[in-house]
Amino acid sequence: MPISPKLDPESAAANMADIAPCYTPQEAVIEANRCLFCFDAPCIQACPTGIDIPSFIKKIATGNLTGSARVILSANILGSSCARVCPTEVLCEGACVVLHREGDPVKIGRLQRYATDHALRNRLTVLKTPSRKSGRRVAVIGGGPAGLGCAAELAHLGHEVVVFEKKPQAGGLNTYGIAYYKMTPEVSLAEVTMIQSLGVEFRCGVEVGRDIPAEQLQKEFDALFLGLGLGKGARLNVPGEDLPGVIEALEFIEQVHTLPLHQVPVGDRVAVIGGGNTAIDAVTQARRLGARDAVIVYRRSQAEMPAYDFEQTLAKTDGTRFLFNVVPLEILSDGTGHVTGLTLARTASANGKLQTLAGSEFTEPFDMVIKAIGEEKQVDLFKKLFPALELDERGVVVRDPETGRTSIPRVFAGGDCANGGREVVNAVAEGKKAARGIHAFLTGRQVTGPTQASRYGVKGLPVGSGFDRPIRVRALEEEYARQQRPSG
Amino acid sequence: MADLSISLAGIKSPNPLWVASGPPSNTAYQAHRAFEAGWGGVVWKTIGDPIVNVSSRYSALNVNGMRMVGFNNIELISDRSVETNFREIGEVKQRWPDRAVIASLMVDTRERWHEFVRRSADAGADGIELNFGCPHGMCERGMGSAVGQQPPVTERIVSWVMEAATIPVIVKLTPNITDVTFAARAAKKGGANAISLINTLNSITQVNLDTLVPEPYVGGLSSHGGYCGPAVKPIALNMVQNCAADPKVGLPISGIGGISNWRDAAEFIALGSTGVQVCTAIMHYGFRIVEDMIDGLNDYLDARGIASVTELVGKAVPTVKKWESMDLNYKRIARINYDLCIGCNLCYIACEDGAHQCIDLVPPDGHGLGPGRVPGKPIPQVREADCVGCNLCSIVCPADGCITMVSLGNGLAKMSWSEYQERVARGEMNPIPAHS
Repeated sequence: MPISPKLDPESAAANMADIAPCYTPQEAVIEANRCLFCFDAPCIQACPTGIDIPSFIKKIATGNLTGSARVILSANILGSSCARVCPTEVLCEGACVVLHREGDPVKIGRLQRYATDHALRNRLTVLKTPSRKSGRRVAVIGGGPAGLGCAAELAHLGHEVVVFEKKPQAGGLNTYGIAYYKMTPEVSLAEVTMIQSLGVEFRCGVEVGRDIPAEQLQKEFDALFLGLGLGKGARLNVPGEDLPGVIEALEFIEQVHTLPLHQVPVGDRVAVIGGGNTAIDAVTQARRLGARDAVIVYRRSQAEMPAYDFEQTLAKTDGTRFLFNVVPLEILSDGTGHVTGLTLARTASANGKLQTLAGSEFTEPFDMVIKAIGEEKQVDLFKKLFPALELDERGVVVRDPETGRTSIPRVFAGGDCANGGREVVNAVAEGKKAARGIHAFLTGRQVTGPTQASRYGVKGLPVGSGFDRPIRVRALEEEYARQQRPSG
Repeated sequence: MADLSISLAGIKSPNPLWVASGPPSNTAYQAHRAFEAGWGGVVWKTIGDPIVNVSSRYSALNVNGMRMVGFNNIELISDRSVETNFREIGEVKQRWPDRAVIASLMVDTRERWHEFVRRSADAGADGIELNFGCPHGMCERGMGSAVGQQPPVTERIVSWVMEAATIPVIVKLTPNITDVTFAARAAKKGGANAISLINTLNSITQVNLDTLVPEPYVGGLSSHGGYCGPAVKPIALNMVQNCAADPKVGLPISGIGGISNWRDAAEFIALGSTGVQVCTAIMHYGFRIVEDMIDGLNDYLDARGIASVTELVGKAVPTVKKWESMDLNYKRIARINYDLCIGCNLCYIACEDGAHQCIDLVPPDGHGLGPGRVPGKPIPQVREADCVGCNLCSIVCPADGCITMVSLGNGLAKMSWSEYQERVARGEMNPIPAHS
């Protein structure tokens, strides 16, 4: 049987509704008042874009919402989508000192959404670009989070920016690849509109290398920023992989974002292969769109699953099943091209190496298989567009992490294509850093961010914001655990 | 079970917790509810010639989302007929013979005072409270705080009242005065049996930034209101202690001002109140709050082995002295417990910008890493030699027990400012050099 949509429009919309709706004004003020207004707060350091979090929260508490949105957006132009998609539990909220006082951190992400929603919903102009332009032009290839972060910062610095995006809409994964119940495409598109209002030009539906040669961009622009992200989904290399009932996770999620929800085809019994956050996004959305049985198939153990704990919890709450320590050997079909199941084998780790256990094969019935085992690096694309561009052994663009500078003069890079695949907020931060690198390259002037209000008077030691020196809460916890252990 | 019963100038009640004169004590219905809940007494809403009120009447100071930290009102005395009020006092007293019912009065002429005092006793009230405190409305008509602010007038009116009084008389004092003891002494001279304080403070709680008219809003205008609630407690405690410590006053005190729970009550009692009165907290949460007030007070007294609440009265009064009596050689410093530090740095910035610059941010080496602190992130460290022991860091610290103030023995003998002045004058020591 070919897979087909499962739900009526109302049920589909209800199942996919916002899982963390915008706070009411009262909820926001109560939550904002939980913030201690730390001096040189740990949350700032945990934010890769270095948002002055205590400052924007204080402004919510005082009813200065426009100012609050300005604090957020001036540090992170995608503050609205990051408020929804950031793994705040391991970033700002994981570093929040209130966690250690009350057992529950200030809900920074939801407060950030409250403030930025206010600005986007009311179409407030909270950011301004300088009236005097530099006369320099920069091409940004790729309209995803890194490209947008770079474009907005360049516009702030007075440069002319053109973003080339091969898809019909800009925003990248924010528009096409986020779990629908976390963020709808409209939020991402509103951010694109805001960046447009800063004077950034978008040329969507234009693929560099196909519609316009890379050399032409190098001739016509003073600098280039590469924010191309990652490529197609990685292959399983098992028989049956090309059956019509087999789909890449990002492709499935894109369908959720481009088709009406009740028209997204979904299987009755869905296997999602992979153990990352994208696998969770795929399995929960399949379940919410009507899959009777939605199963994570992961080759290692639960403890080794890279998906964040809160994502795993969400999937469990949604009633998905988990198969750990199994690997697909074959995708079975009924002979007419329709998926009927998976042949799986059990695995075991020996000295860190994964082994398939002989004789452990079994089959499970499925009519849809979603592959979520990561995306491939775009090695061939880079070789074609920029033959001189240095890539490392993983196939990611080699660049100076502080300036985004690559091996090719005037070409800068950031985001997933340069970091191998991280969070939206990392991509924005890298785009912003590259913009400052480009600015320094074009003008010879270094840019530093404004002094953050909640850090006025920091002296002595170089403490830095997250933008200068981001920390991960997981690193913090490991450090703490290490120090707690008796020495020797 | 400690004995909570008191006798305040002869007015007996099973516990020291009374409903203060105000909106919660306006009717017999409310008095019944209060007594059912467990209150030991009710001071009736002030009776006088019935007035006409405005709408609206109340406003509040909210702090960081906390409602009614301060509260004010522009409501006048009872708007019910004198006959109704006295009849209801009689009914309440009949139904609750073991509780205290006090008639609060506010009239103008000697004859009217005589009349109202007699009618109070006739109604069965256990005592009378003279409202010399309301700072709004009635004072414009020569009553309330207009009386309480002029000690000679207070004394004269009290003496009129005492001419007719057959039951104990409490004089309720206004805090809208430079030194409340002058008013208390006047009450004493006039012959009063007790004082109660504080009445409300002159106030404007807030300005509506849309209309630019303060609250409470009355058709485009507002007026000064009487301020009360938790925010006034420190002012009230100070005035209560002032009166309790003044040998020229020497009257039992009924403490009032921001009392919301048994702790507040115990503090007022320790600073010299025989009993206390509560209004704002009831307006916020209802009469039911008395349950924990009785329960908590009982447990507190039991835990300290105090048999009767009356033993607590005034216990802390002698510890409040003039500044000049305190030991200049006493030394106290702040100590940070890094195992409890959550890394907010509020102690640092408070000391740095708001006090005496005695806390440094230093590398965390050797101090462990408290919960929530970022690796390598500087930690606050007190420079003990420079710490003046001001308490600010321990006050702002949001982690309980993290910063404690430690007394340091420095081997120096006690020396008050007065002793210091004498010793310098006698040439026994040089003046302590000023800070650079």
